Amino acid sequence: MIRFDRATKKYPDGTVAVDELELEAPTGQITVLVGPSGCGKTTSLRMVNRMIEPTSGTIWLDDTDTASMPAHELRRKIGYVIQHAGLFPHRTIVDNVATVPYLLGTGKREARSRAMELLERVGLDPAFAKRYPAQLSGGQQQRVGVARALAADPPVMLMDEPFSAVDPVVRDQLQDEFLRLQGELGKTIVFVTHDIDEAIKLGDRVAVLRVGGTLAQVAPPAELLSRPVDSFVAGFVGRDRGYRALGFTESGALPTHDEPTARLGEAVPQGHDLVLVVDGEQRPQGWLDPASARGTVEESDLLRGGTLATQGGTLRAALDACLSSPSRRGVVVDEQGRLLGSLTAREVLDLIERDEEPA
Amino acid sequence: MIGDTFGWLTDAAHWRSTNFDTGIWDQLLAHVGFSAIALVVALLVGLPLGLWIGHTGRATWLVTVVNAVRALPTVGVLVLLVVVIAPNFYGRTNAGYLIPTEIVLVLLAVPPILSNAYAGVQNVPPAVRDAAFGMGMTGRQVLARVELPNALPLIFSGFRSATLQVIATATIASYVTLGGLGRFIYDGLAQQDYPQMISGGLLVAALALSVDLLLALVQRYTVSRGLTGRLPRAGRVRREGADSRSAVLTEELASQGAR
Repeated sequence: MIRFDRATKKYPDGTVAVDELELEAPTGQITVLVGPSGCGKTTSLRMVNRMIEPTSGTIWLDDTDTASMPAHELRRKIGYVIQHAGLFPHRTIVDNVATVPYLLGTGKREARSRAMELLERVGLDPAFAKRYPAQLSGGQQQRVGVARALAADPPVMLMDEPFSAVDPVVRDQLQDEFLRLQGELGKTIVFVTHDIDEAIKLGDRVAVLRVGGTLAQVAPPAELLSRPVDSFVAGFVGRDRGYRALGFTESGALPTHDEPTARLGEAVPQGHDLVLVVDGEQRPQGWLDPASARGTVEESDLLRGGTLATQGGTLRAALDACLSSPSRRGVVVDEQGRLLGSLTAREVLDLIERDEEPA
Repeated sequence: MIGDTFGWLTDAAHWRSTNFDTGIWDQLLAHVGFSAIALVVALLVGLPLGLWIGHTGRATWLVTVVNAVRALPTVGVLVLLVVVIAPNFYGRTNAGYLIPTEIVLVLLAVPPILSNAYAGVQNVPPAVRDAAFGMGMTGRQVLARVELPNALPLIFSGFRSATLQVIATATIASYVTLGGLGRFIYDGLAQQDYPQMISGGLLVAALALSVDLLLALVQRYTVSRGLTGRLPRAGRVRREGADSRSAVLTEELASQGAR
């Protein structure tokens, strides 16, 4: 557990970055600090490992006052991941990961074998171990950054916008893997981001800070979306928060209709209605407009606009499948990606309304 | 003239010392000696100071001041120092000439060493320094394990340019009665023995280049491959680049041929 006890940072010129912050980051959970520029979220994070010293107030690490030991000893017990990874360019990947064990006096062989394990854990090929940071892409560097922070197995991790410098596709991938990793490791994590979507996706609890360094609201993401305490939080979490909140509601069993299908390579079926095309294992490939295709069903004839909803997924995914489908019929698949059937937006809305209190 | 110079250099008698004359080998040794003393002193002064200024960000004005020293006219300062210092040692040792010479050479060598060490540390990306502290390194560990190794390429280039300059300028030791390869230049000039003078110049240049080559080798094996870009993959990329360039060239030649 990390606890901010009236933690304050004032600069000599009178600027107050963080003002009497009271916040608790529970053990084993991800607490996300989010807010606009200048809200003191990074300052708050850096006060935990004393990269910035608080002007007043105390930050507790379980029952230990963080100010009670030398800063460098404190930092060796806290994992730290930063925006541009900050890997050491002159060291190989494996030695980068082993940085903290080396500092703690762990032998070279032991530190390296642990580093190799961690590289695999964060999804990097062990072949990268002997390379240098300059040879890695941004996303790969960030994985190394996470592995390095985990190397001494610290119970606590601080992450300062770790995924914001990589492209959206890689970011999404890193976020998913980060959640998987946290599921295995159960660290106490404080995570800073300016991206409310990232906060909602990753946080067990989300703390919204406002400019001037005060806490506006701290709540689980679903609650933050459904019950923002004031107009600032409401404005910050965004306009389509009702839709996004559906992402926290499991759809239960979706009522599906059988959907007529065609296969690649078969003759184009008769009729005017769009037909769903599946592959040999009943996996949906796209929609076909029989009026515009001739002969057999070809890959190039397919309309691939629709997203797929997974049975047992969220209402948001179900609704999105309907809205994005060229035929307006949302495609539902099982966990192996095989077609179960389709449903309409009307039916999803009924499900939402039946849910007495949409979370 | 080229033949005369060649003849002077290949004359074995010029290489060995006699009771009356100091040969090339001994002057070379003296020259290396003057240069080495100056470079070691300059390194001991300039390197720690440059690293410290870069690490702490304090006293950066010192870098500017030290660089301004480069503007001093070397021979002028040497003569001035000899006039002031030499009388104190008159008739006993040659320290009265050696000390001024070394001071002048050190003044020459410190600026590139110090300012490159400073720039090298300054150039370490802020995220790297931030991570180093964040991992729990002490200030000294950050300097020794992160800033210094990352600054090495610039430190080497500073030291190499200082070395070139010191070896070239150490000829002025002979201007104030001391030995070194400058002896042949000044004696050759005085005696209008131009082959000897040119040979002196050639020997200085050869010495400077050999030492620089030696330092380049040391640099190659000291600086991390992660910094030099001498990486297997990067190499391949560069070669691909060269290929595409030559492809463009071939096309150009082909089109010219067609015309």
